[in-house]
Amino acid sequence: MTFIPLYFALPLAAAFIIPILGKIAKSVVWIFVTLVSFVLFILALYGVAVMQQIPMVVYKMGNWPPPLGIVMAFDSFSAFMVLVISILVFAGSLFSWRYMSHYTGQWKYYTLYMLITAGMMGVSITGDLFNMFVFLEIAAISSYALVAFGVDAEELEASFKYMVMGEIGGLTFLLAIALLYAKTSTLNLADISNTLQAMGQTPFFWTVLGMMLFAFSIKAAFVPFHSWLPDAHPAAPAPISSLLSGIFIKVLGMYTTARIVFNVFGLSRDTAPAFFNVLLGIGLLSIAFAGITALSQRDYKRLLGYSSVSQVGYIMLGFGIGNYYGVAGAIFYILAHALAKGLLFFTSGSVVNATGTRDLSKLAGLGERMSTTAWSFRIGGLSLIGLPPLVGFFAKYFIILGALKGGFLWLAIIAIGLSVVTLGYLLKIENNVFMKKGRTEASKAPFTMRIAMVFLVVLIVLLGIGFQQVFDFVVGPAAHALLRGIEYANLVFGSVAVGF
Amino acid sequence: MKGMSLIVKTITNVMIGFIFIYGVYIILHGHLTPGGGFAGGVIIAGALVLRVLAYGSEAGAEKRSETRASIFESIGALLFVGIAIAGLMLAGVFFRNFLPKGVPLNLLSGGIIPFCNIAISFKVGAGLFSIFLSLAAVKYVMKD
Repeated sequence: MTFIPLYFALPLAAAFIIPILGKIAKSVVWIFVTLVSFVLFILALYGVAVMQQIPMVVYKMGNWPPPLGIVMAFDSFSAFMVLVISILVFAGSLFSWRYMSHYTGQWKYYTLYMLITAGMMGVSITGDLFNMFVFLEIAAISSYALVAFGVDAEELEASFKYMVMGEIGGLTFLLAIALLYAKTSTLNLADISNTLQAMGQTPFFWTVLGMMLFAFSIKAAFVPFHSWLPDAHPAAPAPISSLLSGIFIKVLGMYTTARIVFNVFGLSRDTAPAFFNVLLGIGLLSIAFAGITALSQRDYKRLLGYSSVSQVGYIMLGFGIGNYYGVAGAIFYILAHALAKGLLFFTSGSVVNATGTRDLSKLAGLGERMSTTAWSFRIGGLSLIGLPPLVGFFAKYFIILGALKGGFLWLAIIAIGLSVVTLGYLLKIENNVFMKKGRTEASKAPFTMRIAMVFLVVLIVLLGIGFQQVFDFVVGPAAHALLRGIEYANLVFGSVAVGF
Repeated sequence: MKGMSLIVKTITNVMIGFIFIYGVYIILHGHLTPGGGFAGGVIIAGALVLRVLAYGSEAGAEKRSETRASIFESIGALLFVGIAIAGLMLAGVFFRNFLPKGVPLNLLSGGIIPFCNIAISFKVGAGLFSIFLSLAAVKYVMKD
């Protein structure tokens, strides 16, 4: 089907139309971006619908057959990622209008916004390792520029730190690709998978896997490599913080890890328990360390940044458990955390827009003056903690179910216990910013910002109530696509190509 | 900024056209000989950089050339995406060749590849030139 290249071609084309449009009429740029994001959202829903009938669509770029040319391998997991990306991109574009209105050079912001979208979309649907690297770098380089967009000293420093760390990760990934290419003579994910299975689990196999895990751990900010995130995400404009924390680290870190581990290297908990225990360890370390560090933060967005590091640990925990419910829970958690953290960063942007400060000790009494923001924060926070009717609860529920079925009772207990830490740091914001009596000058959030927040609130509530449908149609198939393992290669080579 | 001496300016005047034509040659023969859109684009950017080096430029003029360069850069990228989407529209697959392949080693052969080269040369030429301008502008500000 012809819709697959549109996922990245549309934002790419939009990114290069914007500089020309921005010279002619500045005011239409925002409308144009919102329109493109909305079309992407519709396309993503269509992609999910298509995935109900067939396991995979393979799109041959330029009609070159798989091992020779670049293919786009679009399966349920890709469809899921594309859907989550498009939700946050659409909400972010709504939020951006009034938030960005006091910045200069807005068209540059929107160009980068579309480029980062194109990069993330490309990573999610490509079936070629080098192509994945290129899209990953498109997204990463746009994000360095977006973090530095305010060009204050703090933002430039954060962006520099982020860039150095991010490029160490990116170049390690490139080195791993080079090693794989030298050994297997191919860059196609499916073809690499076939060759690796023929070679067996040699030391080379584990070295390359270790390098990739290291690279993706930096991109996803797991604990030993997390230090850039609490600087970089707060420094960016709020819609970008929301996009980076909500979905960017998951596409560049979690999606790539899961795809490579399950589908390319063909590992599962039965064949490589030690490796999956390492994943568990990384997840637990992130949850505990970053969660406890978040408790002592004095900055609204920095606290949320640490919270992201901690929450990403839950996703790794789910993948590390490795059975069906664990993996499905991890994928569900990607959705739940994207919505909740996207929303929380929107509320931070709304507060900063109204008061001009992010310091928790200077903010007080905003609960009455900014009621939409306050209630959005409460619902997003409750979803993050995991309160029953909201989507966050079901995500956590499936991870814990996976832990119990996999025989990790202690893991389930720790995961539930560490939710208390989440409650602790979110209460700190609630208490300081919204509940405490005080006289911080603030006006209501502008209309489009409130629309963006309410959009995410509605999604959190609706997807929570309709979790069974979400699980059956979106998350479950995505987990099956991952646990299909090396069947992935057969699908890529066997699928009907164009016009499925 | 007045630029360099009369000798440099005169020689630049003579050379700049040749450099430009050499760049165009490299781009148009990209599918036949070594080189292509990237290499040719770099050469064209070199010609533009040479002009700024020899003649110097005012702060305002620099701003204007930067605007023009960024427009050309966008046009290059749009052309490239446009070729890919034209493949989707006309031949049914993203990036598929939709032009006749022609006789090998003729100038008009290779389907869409020469056009891709032209698009890349726009992007690279204008992109490198605007990078040069930004770096030069930074230096100018820091001197003050």
